[in-house]
Amino acid sequence: MQNKKSSGRTILAHAVLIILAFMCLFFFYILIINATRSHAQLQLGFSALPGSSLITNLMNVLNDPAIPIVKGIQNSLIVSGCCAAIVTYFSALTAYGIYAYDFKLKHAAFTFIMAILVMPTQVTALGFLRLITNMGMDDSLLPLILPSVASPSVFYFMHSYMQSSLPKELIEAARIDGSGEFGTFNRIVMPIMKPAIAVQAIFTFVGSWNNYFIPALVITSKNKQTLPIMIATLRGADYMNFDMGKIYMMITIAIVPIIIVYLFLSKFIVEGVTLGGVKE
Amino acid sequence: MPNEKKIKSVSYAKWGYIFILPFFLTYAIFSVIPLVDTIRNSFYEYYYSGLKAIGPNWVGFANYAEMLAADLPKYAWNTFVMWILGFIPQIVVALVLASWFTDARLKIHGKQFFKVVIYLPNLIMASAFAMLFFAMFSNSGPVNNILLSMGVIGEAIRFMESTFGARTLVALMNFLMWFGNTTIMLMAAIMGINPSIFEAAELDGCTHIQKFFKITLPQIKPLLTYTLITSLIGGLQMFDVPQILTGGQGAPDRTTMTLIMYLNNHLQAKNYGMAGALSVFLFIISGALCWIVFKMNTDPDPDGSKFAAKRARNAAKKGGNA
Amino acid sequence: MVMKRKVLCLALAALMVLGLLSGCGGSGAGGGQGSADKGDAPGASGEANDGGKVLNIYVWNQEFQEKFNANYPEVEKLSNDKSITYLKDGTEVHWIVNPNQDGVYQQKLDEALSKQASAPADEKIDMFLVEADYALKYIDPDVNVALPISQLGITAADVPNQYKYTLEAVTTADGEIRGLSYQATPGMLVYRRSIAQAVLGTDDPETVAAAVADWDKFYETAEKMKAGGYYMYSGRADTYRVYSNNVSAPWVDGNTVVVDQNMMNWVERSMKDTQEGINNNVPGQWIDEWNKDMGPDSKVFCFFLPAWGLDVCIKPNVEGTNAAQDWAVCPSPQGFYWGGTWLIAANGTDNVSQVKDIMLKMTSDRDILRSLAVNNGEMSNDQPLMEELAQSPDFGIDLLGGQNYIGVLSDAAASISLANVSPYDQGCTEEFQNTFGDYFNGKIDLEKAKANFETAIGERYPELKSGGVRWPE
Repeated sequence: MQNKKSSGRTILAHAVLIILAFMCLFFFYILIINATRSHAQLQLGFSALPGSSLITNLMNVLNDPAIPIVKGIQNSLIVSGCCAAIVTYFSALTAYGIYAYDFKLKHAAFTFIMAILVMPTQVTALGFLRLITNMGMDDSLLPLILPSVASPSVFYFMHSYMQSSLPKELIEAARIDGSGEFGTFNRIVMPIMKPAIAVQAIFTFVGSWNNYFIPALVITSKNKQTLPIMIATLRGADYMNFDMGKIYMMITIAIVPIIIVYLFLSKFIVEGVTLGGVKE
Repeated sequence: MPNEKKIKSVSYAKWGYIFILPFFLTYAIFSVIPLVDTIRNSFYEYYYSGLKAIGPNWVGFANYAEMLAADLPKYAWNTFVMWILGFIPQIVVALVLASWFTDARLKIHGKQFFKVVIYLPNLIMASAFAMLFFAMFSNSGPVNNILLSMGVIGEAIRFMESTFGARTLVALMNFLMWFGNTTIMLMAAIMGINPSIFEAAELDGCTHIQKFFKITLPQIKPLLTYTLITSLIGGLQMFDVPQILTGGQGAPDRTTMTLIMYLNNHLQAKNYGMAGALSVFLFIISGALCWIVFKMNTDPDPDGSKFAAKRARNAAKKGGNA
Repeated sequence: MVMKRKVLCLALAALMVLGLLSGCGGSGAGGGQGSADKGDAPGASGEANDGGKVLNIYVWNQEFQEKFNANYPEVEKLSNDKSITYLKDGTEVHWIVNPNQDGVYQQKLDEALSKQASAPADEKIDMFLVEADYALKYIDPDVNVALPISQLGITAADVPNQYKYTLEAVTTADGEIRGLSYQATPGMLVYRRSIAQAVLGTDDPETVAAAVADWDKFYETAEKMKAGGYYMYSGRADTYRVYSNNVSAPWVDGNTVVVDQNMMNWVERSMKDTQEGINNNVPGQWIDEWNKDMGPDSKVFCFFLPAWGLDVCIKPNVEGTNAAQDWAVCPSPQGFYWGGTWLIAANGTDNVSQVKDIMLKMTSDRDILRSLAVNNGEMSNDQPLMEELAQSPDFGIDLLGGQNYIGVLSDAAASISLANVSPYDQGCTEEFQNTFGDYFNGKIDLEKAKANFETAIGERYPELKSGGVRWPE
């Protein structure tokens, strides 16, 4: 009886999981199939089997001057890479400042960061745009990178991690050995923080790679656009770019690299989700 | 001994300031100044007509009044509806999956595979995902093609032309992107529950359903609340998906126009006054949500939330080592 | 701060123009007319207005770019990604493409123009293209971003063969012409021969023309199409221009948006056609469904298009299929035009003589215009040439099964008037179609659609909010 019931649950659980997994994968399957078919083939309706236009579509995408996707990938890599580096380093630095030292404003500083922990950046977008225009930084990648020095949620994560994994005695010991404060942070603290940094670097990278709202407002010239902006221009299909094969191919280019990296790092990433409990 | 420590800490205090300086400097420049400027702009009539600037002219609270009278409540409602349509299935499915994944008696084959797959959509570029859905669900797109050729429907379903269809698509995308993430968060929380409680319950003859409602749910309630609030903040920022799905129109009949899409329209039209007023509204709402999060994270644990969150993280760490 | 910058920008821009004028004086016919009344340029910074190494051209698609690359005699080669055209004298032509839709092109152009004065020479806009829908915004003498052609040394006498309306459309209150076009854009009815055969028993353009001679005949034929299992046309956006070109006044009067009775006629007729299955209920143009309706498997009889539509819309969808020559054209039941591209020299360009040469050659060189007509199916902006081609028995294009479409168009071209355009046409057109789309889909009633239109206009053009929208009685 017990056994039967539990096997019923097992079947149910598997059925539900398979349906959900199907929902997650089905769209990507169609995407990849369609990216291999030509505009003319796509006009005739859906087919479950791949077509033969993969390379043609790819070349069409790479050679389209209206959407310089290679440049877009480059820009996205620069912005995401710099953000990941800056976010992790400065968040760890700030967390260390508050964790390791005692000073008058320590609690005020901590409280302030906690108060703005989940404040959306969109609410200050207007002032932000005007500010960077006045600073002459509009239409450049800098304003997409620099503000990430102040990332409250990553700070919080780093701070929690230090509380559990960075004994203060270690810092004392380093001081006794004559290590300078920055030296201690760079040579002793950072290596200990490696697992936390890796997790946050990945999430920051992905978040920045996918970011659309602010970049779309900041960037005006074509050769500085990041990938999401280019993808968004597909929606406003203008005269020349209604080749559906090309559109599917561009979406593929935007999505697939992240999927591939994810599959390699999946175990690590899935476990990292809970480490960064304040995400979302 | 305490005396000595005090002396030491005083001598190092300046380093504390130095280390946190970049953060606060950056925040002041890129968030505080813009915030002040945003608030200031909200009291002016200030926009561009073609290439000519109109204003700034002081108008007091006129922008606020105009916004409240006409559009803001509608777009706030749209945003809320699309969020809740996605959030309810997200939390329900995540709870069920998390309890299955953590149930030692339930042998799930390929558990790791499923975890990897359900988390996958969370990493996808929302704009590309929305563009993909737009192509898939268009009137002559693959989804309609497939349904037609299977004979499920007689004529193409015009998904994006009905309020229900468009909102459901947005909610479906939000659901797909977030249910895996929530599942994994909840799993960690459930694994943090003392196993002896379950064992005792089993000895008492509790069923799975009873265990779930009597033990699991109450135990992870703080984390559920936390998920709710953070998701609400995420929902407030909903933009990429409906913007690209509807081409910024919020079609049909502006029923998928979210608050941030509305903000985006004003920013694109360079209407600083209205954009400012809208931003201030958003700031007030997010401020309230931030305050709840703040309380949950820092209070000396009135409802056990911090304890639970910490336990969840510890459990995850343990899980990682195992 | 911003205000200060703006004042500074304007001052700089003014200086630049003065510098430009005085610079041109020596080099030929150049600034003769302009500089006299504006006086000398005190303290002009000696900024070069000619001979810049980079020529930046703002466009919204690759149409002109491709025509330029194929026909302009100074073109030497293209960069691999085609985003740069190298000229024989070493100048690089940089193409900056931004889509028209939702005003993106205008936003980007506005932004660049506002920085024109402070931009380094090689980043200044030298030339930009505009469409009829928003040409007025840019040629406004008060805004002063478009150079009159007289300041480039071009007079109306240099372009005697162009259709008069293409010059009148860009002539401003001060009597200056501020742009030149290489095309005329009268519209026609493009229909599918096979469906004409099946329903009307013949695909002969004369007979089909008679069957769609006016709206009554058009709808008689539409009923036959419906009975035969076909759609007369694709969707409401197809007939939009036919109605919007035949209005009695511009969209905007002062700061009031005036909805013409004819626009409401379009709403009524489109609703009826959608409900009765006269059209295929395709919600717009430039979307996948619209393309499919032009494709080989479609049941849609006709499209309302100008000449460029043959090359840009129909051809890519039927190339290499059995419908590749299944097309013919006849006059539309009511005259209309659509689009129209003008080349405009940007105020502040550092390549005056090259811009002048490009504008002149591309819009008035007969060989180039002939090639555009023959190779691109363009209705070129050369009236005598078009009249000659209309009579020529061997001028026919494959897409139309060898039919000579110029004859159909040249009558229509003579009757085009752009008297009723306003600087707000693109926004009004897009928002009108968008907001009434929900009405056609049966999602909202007429009053709601009107209210939504008012909201959308107020959002897009805050300056029109106070004037409101006036609906016909």
